[in-house]
Amino acid sequence: MTQTTQPTTVNATIEVNAPLQRAFEVFTRDFGAFKPPDHNLLAVPIAETVVETHVGGHIIDRGTDGSECRWARVLAYEPPDRFVFSWDISPHWQVDTDEDKTSEVEVTFTALAEDRTRVDIEHRHLDHHGDGWTGVRDGVSAGEGWPLYLNRYAELLTS
Amino acid sequence: MLDGWAALGDPTRRTIFARLATAPSAVGELANTLPVSRPAVSQHLKILKTAGLVIDDRAGSRRIYRVNQAGLRQMRDELDTFWNDTLTAYKRAVEQPDPTSNEHTNHVHQLPG
Repeated sequence: MTQTTQPTTVNATIEVNAPLQRAFEVFTRDFGAFKPPDHNLLAVPIAETVVETHVGGHIIDRGTDGSECRWARVLAYEPPDRFVFSWDISPHWQVDTDEDKTSEVEVTFTALAEDRTRVDIEHRHLDHHGDGWTGVRDGVSAGEGWPLYLNRYAELLTS
Repeated sequence: MLDGWAALGDPTRRTIFARLATAPSAVGELANTLPVSRPAVSQHLKILKTAGLVIDDRAGSRRIYRVNQAGLRQMRDELDTFWNDTLTAYKRAVEQPDPTSNEHTNHVHQLPG
């Protein structure tokens, strides 16, 4: 395999003016503070997001009504260098409990200077969710999410 | 070349696309259950494939078509946006003075009398 682009991986990177240790701490401790709120899987606003800091733990969104959404499993917790978790969210933004249909997010922290850190995110195995798409029974006709989206466009074109 | 939306403007292609969304299939399987000839199905699949809406895998002498690429691409775009927004907000958070640290606070401790 000598592909220059990996269609099943999304990469993102940023450099921040913060020491390595703090970069790791803020990312894991305050994840809920900067995660975009419009991707909330709960029916109510999020009161807090908790990252359980051990392998086998979860990332948990807690709603203001006490409801919980465990949308990720912690796969590696190695401060201050590396944090890996599963992405148990389906393309329809619902929690998928089938671990075979989940992807994986690796976050690595690299010290560039005493006060500067690079954070790299690799969100990989997105094709695992793809297996989920092809299994969606109501797919295009009565489906939601992207099939509906495609359908709407198709309707526009034929109307 | 047709893009994804235009490719789905044809009702037969939309039906084929819907079938593939339910289960990956070979050309023959689709032709058997549709009022369309096998060569016509092949032609539609070719257009859907060119538009990036379906992909095919070789399974022995057969070619299995499935819907994936377009969904994957949309998901990639969505996650791209998600992670970029997340990292931008993270940068703001991490570059703020650490509230748990006392080094940068402005409190002046008054010495007792």
